[in-house]
Amino acid sequence: MRDLVAIAAGRLAATASRALRAGGGTTVPGRIATAVAPGLISTLSARLARGVVLVSGTNGKTTTARLLGGILDSAGLVSIHNRAGANLLSGVASALVESSTLLGRPRGDMGLFEVDEATLPAVVEATRPRVVVLLNLFRDQLDRYGEIDLVADRWRRALSAMPREATLVFNADDPLVTDVSRGYAGPMLSFGIEEAPDRADPTPGLEAAADARYCYRCGRPYDYSLVLLGHMGHYSCARCGTARPRPEVGAREVRLRGAEGGSASVAWEGETMEVSSALPGLYNVYDATAAAAAALALGIPPATIVRGIAATAPAFGRGERVTVEGREAVFLLAKNPAGFNEVLRTVLYAEDAPVVLIAINDLTADGRDISWLWDVEFELLSGRARAVVVTGTRGEDMALRLKYAGVEAGRVTLEHDLARAISRAGEAAREGERFYVLPTYTAMLELRAVLARAGIVRGFWRQ
Amino acid sequence: MELRICHLYPDLLNLYGDRGNVTVLVRRAEWRGIDVRLVEAGLGDPVDPEGSDLFFMGGGEDRQQRLAAPDLRNVKGPALSDAAEAGAAVLAVCGGYQLLGHYYRPSEGPDLEGLGLLDLHTVHPGPGSRRLIGNVVLREAAGGRMLVGFENHGGRTHLGTGVRPLGSVVAGWGNNGEDRTEGAVRGSVYGTYLHGPLLPKNPWLADLLIAAALRRRYGAAELSDLPDREEERAARAAALRAGVRGGAR
Repeated sequence: MRDLVAIAAGRLAATASRALRAGGGTTVPGRIATAVAPGLISTLSARLARGVVLVSGTNGKTTTARLLGGILDSAGLVSIHNRAGANLLSGVASALVESSTLLGRPRGDMGLFEVDEATLPAVVEATRPRVVVLLNLFRDQLDRYGEIDLVADRWRRALSAMPREATLVFNADDPLVTDVSRGYAGPMLSFGIEEAPDRADPTPGLEAAADARYCYRCGRPYDYSLVLLGHMGHYSCARCGTARPRPEVGAREVRLRGAEGGSASVAWEGETMEVSSALPGLYNVYDATAAAAAALALGIPPATIVRGIAATAPAFGRGERVTVEGREAVFLLAKNPAGFNEVLRTVLYAEDAPVVLIAINDLTADGRDISWLWDVEFELLSGRARAVVVTGTRGEDMALRLKYAGVEAGRVTLEHDLARAISRAGEAAREGERFYVLPTYTAMLELRAVLARAGIVRGFWRQ
Repeated sequence: MELRICHLYPDLLNLYGDRGNVTVLVRRAEWRGIDVRLVEAGLGDPVDPEGSDLFFMGGGEDRQQRLAAPDLRNVKGPALSDAAEAGAAVLAVCGGYQLLGHYYRPSEGPDLEGLGLLDLHTVHPGPGSRRLIGNVVLREAAGGRMLVGFENHGGRTHLGTGVRPLGSVVAGWGNNGEDRTEGAVRGSVYGTYLHGPLLPKNPWLADLLIAAALRRRYGAAELSDLPDREEERAARAAALRAGVRGGAR
């Protein structure tokens, strides 16, 4: 009975929250419902016939879950999904409550939840997942999460709480994630990228932002035969022999097409899937490979996986394209150094002299510490960017970073008003030319709210 | 004229944009027509006390700090101490700052013996204790100038009588959250918890270090003024984020 009251209360809250325009109603219903019935997530999760999949990692949670959602759609499965990126316990509870009947029956076959890195142990315990996908661990918001090794310890705890038959899908190219996976006793499926991508700029050396250069077993610096993204790549330790495991699901022939997306041949047990996606950047190749691996772990056939990935449009702010006053704006969320560097490469691959809007906020959800701007290779924009408009609560810091990166002062404009910042960037772009919007998380939400008020994008909770 | 910088453990102790400080030192010298020679010294690399005049060391997580501590004491320590005694400038941030003291007592495991270049010690009060995190505004002890930055540390640092604090806390936690001191200075050796981009928004401190380094080699150094519009604007905005209006000047 208590569960039913909780569901009703939660759904009422969701409706009220939206009617009052208080927000997307993505976490409030869950908070109310679980306050009434604390075991509600477990009860509803257990009633999902095909179980629960969890996706966690610093970068790519939302996109990977979305791609997997697309695959599940193609497979004819109805998934309950915390789509709007509400990835704490309250967000998972909200998705479950809203998609359940008032009698407590979930209207779906599966739960598909992206989960905040630090929240993973609690969500594993509450949902008893069938598959857990661990994408990567990058330095992100130390003021919120503490040090990266502490997050790894939380993940180890989460793995020890997993049901024995659950499959762990993990990124073989990330040394720390691989180290975490070594503690898991159940079935595992690894994924990774097997070759350097085909693109104009040479594969970078280890970036300033690299996090896991030193062997997690013995402390010696890893040798890399191939660096793919940040500290992810083909690593080995000459002292203790620790090395990247050969991934069971491996992407080859990676082709990146700037803002247009990319493709890869993904091999698994002798079969090859030719995967093509509208999502830009090498990150999204990782995300697509991870989603394919998770789908394989669920027993979904390769042809269905290829269809599902091709049909998936970018998640809000992650490669999404919006037309503003005749110019196309490409939103590329950039919330930490590794992600930002890849976004900059994607932009510079697509355009010779790009117009860029950078929006840096330091609210809690972004991380209050913006030191990381100095780990991003903004030097890449020097001599290339035609105009850079900076905005956000830390716009001044961003402008200062560009000064020391060697971007000419005459090309940098500081504009705190978001609507005016978008207009400035749009004006700097030529007729029919794209411009690129690189926001932190809350800056992205604010920019979207501005565009929504102008009638350009819909509220994100409707997606 | 040449500014000779040695970046200690650049890939090991670079927790949060600490290398931004080196970027600022290099640029501000170059903008004045001063040549820059930048060398890096990682684990196992010796340091030439005569070869460099400005040493920078960033911060790391406990794991990295544990790797760096023995190397700092045994491989680089004597040379670094000699250079500092001879007037070289040293800036150490966060974890590097802790390692310049007598010892760091982590929340778990044995003490890390420091270099003892600064008269201070650091104790982490345990895994359940509060980390000292947030925007910081300081009033510099020597000249009353403002310093802005961000701190994030578990350890509490207590100063001995052989150092003076870098500044007094106007907003934030400082060395230990209790005595309102932040950082430590002895001669031209500076330690602070203001991590990441400390020098970009506090260009006067960058210039002070550059001048000290040049004085060591050339006896005297006059630095021309630079237009610091973006720097001052960002410092004011950061002070405002820390709740300090109009700066501490």
